[in-house]
Amino acid sequence: MLCEIVDRHGGQATSLLQILIDVQMRFRHVPPRIMTALAGMLHLPRTQVEAVVEFYRFLSVTSVGRFDVRFSDSVTDHLLGSRDLAARLCQRLGVKLGETRVDDAVSIHLTSCTGLSDQGPAALVNGHVLTRLDGDRIVQMADFIDQGMDLDTWPKNWFKVEDQVQLAGLLLEGELPLGASLERALTLHPADIFSEIDRSGLRGRGGAGFKTAAKWRFCYEGEEGAVPGDPTIARYVVCNADEGEPGTFKDRVLLSRNAQDVFEGMTVCAKAIGAQHGFIYLRGEYRYLLDSLLRGLKVRRLRGLLGRNILGVEGFDFDIEIHLGAGAYICGEESALIESLEGKPGHPRNRPPYPVTHGYLGQPTVVNNVETFAAAARIMAYGADWFLSVGTPESSGTKILSVSGDCERPGIYEVPFGSPVSDLLRRCGADDPMGVQVGGPSGTFIGPDEFERILGFEDLPTGGSMMVFSQARDVVAIARSFTHFFAHESCGFCTPCRVGTSLLGQLIDKIAEGHGTPHDLIEMTQLAAIVKNTSHCGLGQTAAHPLMQTLERFPERYQERLKTLFFEPGFDLDGALEVSRQMTGREDAHAHLTQSG
Amino acid sequence: MDQKTLTIDGVELSFDPRQTIMEAAAAAGVYIPHLCHHPDFKPHGSCKLCTVKVNGRFASACTLPAAEGQEVLNKTLELNQLRTRITQMLFVEGNHFCPGCEISGHCKLQATAYGLGMLDSHFPHFYPARRVDASHPDIMLDLDRCILCELCVRASRDMDGKSVFGIAGRGMESHLVVAAESGALVDTLIEVSDRAAHVCPVGAILIKHTAYEKPIGQRRYDHHPIQAALLQEDQGD
Amino acid sequence: MTDLMTHKIRIATTSLAGCFGCHMSFLDIDERFFTLCEHVVFDRSPFTDIKHLGEHVDVGLIEGGLCNAENVSTLREFRDHVKILVAVGACAINGGIPAMRNHIPLKECLEESYLVAVGIDSPQIPNDPELPLLLDRVRPIHEVVKVDYFLPGCPPSAEVFWTFLTDLMAGREPQIPEAQIHFD
Repeated sequence: MLCEIVDRHGGQATSLLQILIDVQMRFRHVPPRIMTALAGMLHLPRTQVEAVVEFYRFLSVTSVGRFDVRFSDSVTDHLLGSRDLAARLCQRLGVKLGETRVDDAVSIHLTSCTGLSDQGPAALVNGHVLTRLDGDRIVQMADFIDQGMDLDTWPKNWFKVEDQVQLAGLLLEGELPLGASLERALTLHPADIFSEIDRSGLRGRGGAGFKTAAKWRFCYEGEEGAVPGDPTIARYVVCNADEGEPGTFKDRVLLSRNAQDVFEGMTVCAKAIGAQHGFIYLRGEYRYLLDSLLRGLKVRRLRGLLGRNILGVEGFDFDIEIHLGAGAYICGEESALIESLEGKPGHPRNRPPYPVTHGYLGQPTVVNNVETFAAAARIMAYGADWFLSVGTPESSGTKILSVSGDCERPGIYEVPFGSPVSDLLRRCGADDPMGVQVGGPSGTFIGPDEFERILGFEDLPTGGSMMVFSQARDVVAIARSFTHFFAHESCGFCTPCRVGTSLLGQLIDKIAEGHGTPHDLIEMTQLAAIVKNTSHCGLGQTAAHPLMQTLERFPERYQERLKTLFFEPGFDLDGALEVSRQMTGREDAHAHLTQSG
Repeated sequence: MDQKTLTIDGVELSFDPRQTIMEAAAAAGVYIPHLCHHPDFKPHGSCKLCTVKVNGRFASACTLPAAEGQEVLNKTLELNQLRTRITQMLFVEGNHFCPGCEISGHCKLQATAYGLGMLDSHFPHFYPARRVDASHPDIMLDLDRCILCELCVRASRDMDGKSVFGIAGRGMESHLVVAAESGALVDTLIEVSDRAAHVCPVGAILIKHTAYEKPIGQRRYDHHPIQAALLQEDQGD
Repeated sequence: MTDLMTHKIRIATTSLAGCFGCHMSFLDIDERFFTLCEHVVFDRSPFTDIKHLGEHVDVGLIEGGLCNAENVSTLREFRDHVKILVAVGACAINGGIPAMRNHIPLKECLEESYLVAVGIDSPQIPNDPELPLLLDRVRPIHEVVKVDYFLPGCPPSAEVFWTFLTDLMAGREPQIPEAQIHFD
């Protein structure tokens, strides 16, 4: 059984994570003896196998239930009542959240945003997605689980995922003929491909906005003194389909309806930089897309668009492999993603050196977002001018946005760069919002007086997540949820992020629960600066953004929760006596303490 | 070739182009606080105690390559306050009960705290439940004190060729694991002569039967501040 | 910063979940105590056996952490009455040795001590209202009140006490030199 799984993945150490995902599916956990066996078969230290198992949330040392339910725990799911639904399912099934029922029938967990914010509350059950959950479905679901009903027999519409494209633009309108951009690329020298992409002004769509052409060129040219395009050097093309930023789901839609564009963009990149291997790193939450993506790749191979001698060009060999993630937001960071591709825990690397020179297995590697490859494909086919016809000088083209939260028409909006946020709010039917989280929790929270700000690298850069919050929402609760998200997703490598994000979580809990003092706000601000300034990677550097940005914009919402005292304990003092009271049966005056002096 | 130079706190020093800022500083006799860095092992960059400002931006001295003309700030009030907070984070994250600890007086975490003038732990303590493993006849593990610097991981992998140690888990649940199905150190290949058994900067990995050998007053950092001790180590003495 | 009647600094001290070792170390300033007494007067303290704090106390020295409800009340009385509150020693600063029980659930601690341990005659968890109730975890004092200064050590050496008090008497911001800082 184990041998079969290992063989299916080529028996390589780099496939460790892929193998473990299959082991988890098969055995519902990764038993210690299998870790030992795998270490032996893959010639890896056992510690690495254990490290990987314990790093990824979708792998476990103890057994999950025959039905493993994971409720999406994004703020937008909260707004739709997800926490309550999870509690009700737990109650009906007699299982504690985060645990497995004694008969092994079911386990219920919360999981970070599953990328279905426009059709939540959402959950995963054994890797399949459930959308638009409600109270009735929870009741039925509990029955199905108790009766051990196979997932195939559950109502089909429960698993329905809609694209909800509300506004299409350059990338989502029409269809790019298969192979069209590749055929053009084949007529060009790498330098001409770079300059065409460069002229289009395409910048990374993940949010950071690095110039795509520059990244490709650096990868092709290699380090100082290297021979540009040296054919003896293995280079890699990696598509980052690990969109874990809460509230984003546009890559899911791109991979559902425009996967061929993405493959084509990767192949153009491979042609330009001289790569033979490509990877799509698909987040584990999107596992349900795997089969259709594999079919899409098969089509390309049959058409001669992947594989050996692509389109008959001697020596142009390139193929794409799909690697699955297993529940780790940090793997969206490109160097952590590469570590994960290599079968390791997703710890971001030290930089320099950068992935363009030292990426996958230490080789030059381009890592681009799904949308970037899709855009590159169309730019290659239709030309840079076509792309430049939309957007601003700093930010050409369009941006695909995932809109969720308090609006009438959530879903996908492909808008020209340079559009004001207010425009989008009108389109999606958000009247009188209190704020918008642009680019997810690591991005920018803006209030009503900033709705005329424009989407683009020159003002509000965004990876695509747009969460709308109405006036009825509690901004402190939103910031609190995001802060806990970062603490939950911190990889644990560096001290300030590992410890600091948890400390920030404690502080915001204290404030949100009405035990905060002015002293705590000062403390929070100082701690936020330390975490931001000293963390190893973007996760820690942005983890305090939700707190600081909402504090800056809505100070009164924080102030009104503060006690006037200078100090109050951060833990429940009277609660700390509860065990003693229970064990002694005492209820006298000395058996209680007030929270504040 | 012209000698390349950078400045640390305004003082110019020359460096070898292959050096990190930490290495260049050590060679010039400048102490930059650090815990996860050790000159014998590959730079790691996780503890962040060596945070400096390079041309106005925060960076880890142990991993950032030295470069011509860098203006590095090291011994400033701002940076030392920040390092104090990071050290305090390490203290509250684990269970560091110095008064009863075998390594007290020889501990780099403790001595670093002294060097920074740290008087308290500032943050609320987590008091995590951590494992003690006394299974091995010669070596003892007390994970209460582990600061996740991965020096033992690197030493065992890169120097001893055994990969006895690893870090598993994530975030605040990160923890040291050993290469044995039983989870017990005695079932690993570690030997008391391994470098990994001696590289721990705190008291998480201890050699049995050697505790409290030196009386208070004669211990490593009793009269020897961390600055001088670590400079010596970094300069290879 | 002076006592209203004598123009001396009023100091109060107490030991919460501590061992009085810090107080013993304080006494180790030896003959310097005479000099000290020219400038300070002791309010509530084991040295004076005064049980409650006076109205105007300048400095409160707290040894020990918080292991029960009475510790919390005493600490709050100090915070309410003193101008400068000082955490003295490892236990006040991080819970110290008593906090080593923190990773064992309190229920288990009590059961082990009073119900199941070998040699127990009539197993019963003491419940006299006179006895302070235990907190589920031992806490350092800065988690419950604002603390102004910290004197680390187990115990802090006599030199640390002397440095701190002489700085204070001289009207300087207390500054413990690196050589005097130790956590054991």
